[in-house]
Amino acid sequence: MDNALRELYQEVILDHSRHPRHHGVLEDASHKAEGYNPLCGDRVTVYLRLDADDRVADIKFEGKGCAISQASASMMTDMLKGRTAAEADRLMQGFLHLVKGEDASDLPEDDRERLEVMGGISAFPMRVKCATLAWHTYKSAVEEGAT
Amino acid sequence: MTAQTKITPSFDAEKVRADFAILSRQVYGKPLAYLDSGASAQKPRIVLDTMRDFAQTEYANVHRGVHFLSAAATDRYEAARRTVQKFLNAAREDEIVFTKGGTEAINLVSYSFLAPRVQPGDEIVLTVMEHHSNIVPWHFLRERHGAVLRWVDVGDDGSLDIEALDAAITAKTKLVAVTHMSNVLGTITPLKDIIARAHAKGVPVLADGCQGAVHEVVDVQALDIDFYAITGHKLYGPTGIGALYAKRAHLKAMRPFNGGGEMIREVMQDRITYADPPARFEAGTPPIIESAGLATALDYLMAFDRKAVAAHEHDLLAYAREHVKQFNWLRVIGDAPGKGAILSFEAEGMHAHDLATILDREGVAVRAGHHCAQVLMERFGVASTSRASFALYNTRADVDALIAGLHKARGILV
Repeated sequence: MDNALRELYQEVILDHSRHPRHHGVLEDASHKAEGYNPLCGDRVTVYLRLDADDRVADIKFEGKGCAISQASASMMTDMLKGRTAAEADRLMQGFLHLVKGEDASDLPEDDRERLEVMGGISAFPMRVKCATLAWHTYKSAVEEGAT
Repeated sequence: MTAQTKITPSFDAEKVRADFAILSRQVYGKPLAYLDSGASAQKPRIVLDTMRDFAQTEYANVHRGVHFLSAAATDRYEAARRTVQKFLNAAREDEIVFTKGGTEAINLVSYSFLAPRVQPGDEIVLTVMEHHSNIVPWHFLRERHGAVLRWVDVGDDGSLDIEALDAAITAKTKLVAVTHMSNVLGTITPLKDIIARAHAKGVPVLADGCQGAVHEVVDVQALDIDFYAITGHKLYGPTGIGALYAKRAHLKAMRPFNGGGEMIREVMQDRITYADPPARFEAGTPPIIESAGLATALDYLMAFDRKAVAAHEHDLLAYAREHVKQFNWLRVIGDAPGKGAILSFEAEGMHAHDLATILDREGVAVRAGHHCAQVLMERFGVASTSRASFALYNTRADVDALIAGLHKARGILV
């Protein structure tokens, strides 16, 4: 297999897509948003419960789509749980840099290490939107999705 | 010896491939297996040469200047119209309107023919296998004029239920708009039968021929069809040009669509009169260079024995089907008898986009997604499919590359 493909479809990513974490409906969500990529039909719904100081107390997602979009959503829920809004924003910015092949050195090291597995997508510009769908959906949930 | 041996039509795809320079390029170091002609076909050298030569020797605006080049360019443009006329076997050249493509051709019928005739509650009959360009213009009439869209289903194999279509045509029906060949299922619709049944109830028929005209010989007179839309870039011609065939009587009764130069007779401060069709519907400077390219592409296609081309494409489809039949993890969508050379499928555990990405790295270009046919995707309960579409320049080697790529993708993803 060529290296770019091996980078893209790493075992970690395939594992997240086959066994998504935090999958399902969050019944007591305080925020919710649906993301849709009309180009390829990927769908992600992100449910959040933000506590009083805007911390992600709980997060779940549902979705349908390619391995990249679903793995990215699953990893995102793993990483966002317990974070403050400001931390989550920084993670998201770092992630967006990473998948576009840009400098993401401002991410805390352990976050960067965990997210770097998605870095292989930067060699596939047509697929970057698959990876970012969940994160953009998280953002709209926070900003416009109060239930 | 009087008895002559009937020569079986022969078609040499390898020879044809030499006409298409792009087919010899590599992608990611792999030979290109271009199986996405249903989205857009590659162009033979002669089309590209014609366009460049025309631009270098005879180009000017058409129908305007009195100078030498304008006359020459106008001649070429009108000659291209006659080539389209011949390609569709239209009775008259002024029944051919040049458009930007198939989409604009259908929109023209929607705006200029149907919109003024539609009352709230009037119906437009469509099939669930239409492409968005033959859905959205009719949705506009639903939104703006209260038209009702009546959808005709297809069977599980993708074949059209002609009796259901017939039953859907009522006294309220103002138009039947149907694809000639589904861009996803490959289903060829029985246009002649559809038209006969619609006409028996006084209802005109539009066919979206964007795929159909590439693979089937179209005779608009024999069909007695009212409107037939084609697009250049799927017919081995350039982008930016297509055509609408419409019966003369319809065109004469249709109001203008775009307004601008060339479509008028007289423009005063307080009144305006319009040019006769087809000029009435060709406002502004048309795709002039593209018209020469389209004509050359159609001449190129017509020079082949079209039946032999179709037989070649069907052989590729059958060959591919033989292979994928053995994969119990792959579901072919669309299996109508006599279908055109399109293979759409869903593969277990492999989303179409992941699959297409992996195939791409093997040099195999397929389409993945909803194919601008979301109504059909819903009918078959899938979010997206992968589609290999076969053209005259494809060979069994392209199919072999696809099959090898499928195995590889399965190795990675499943």
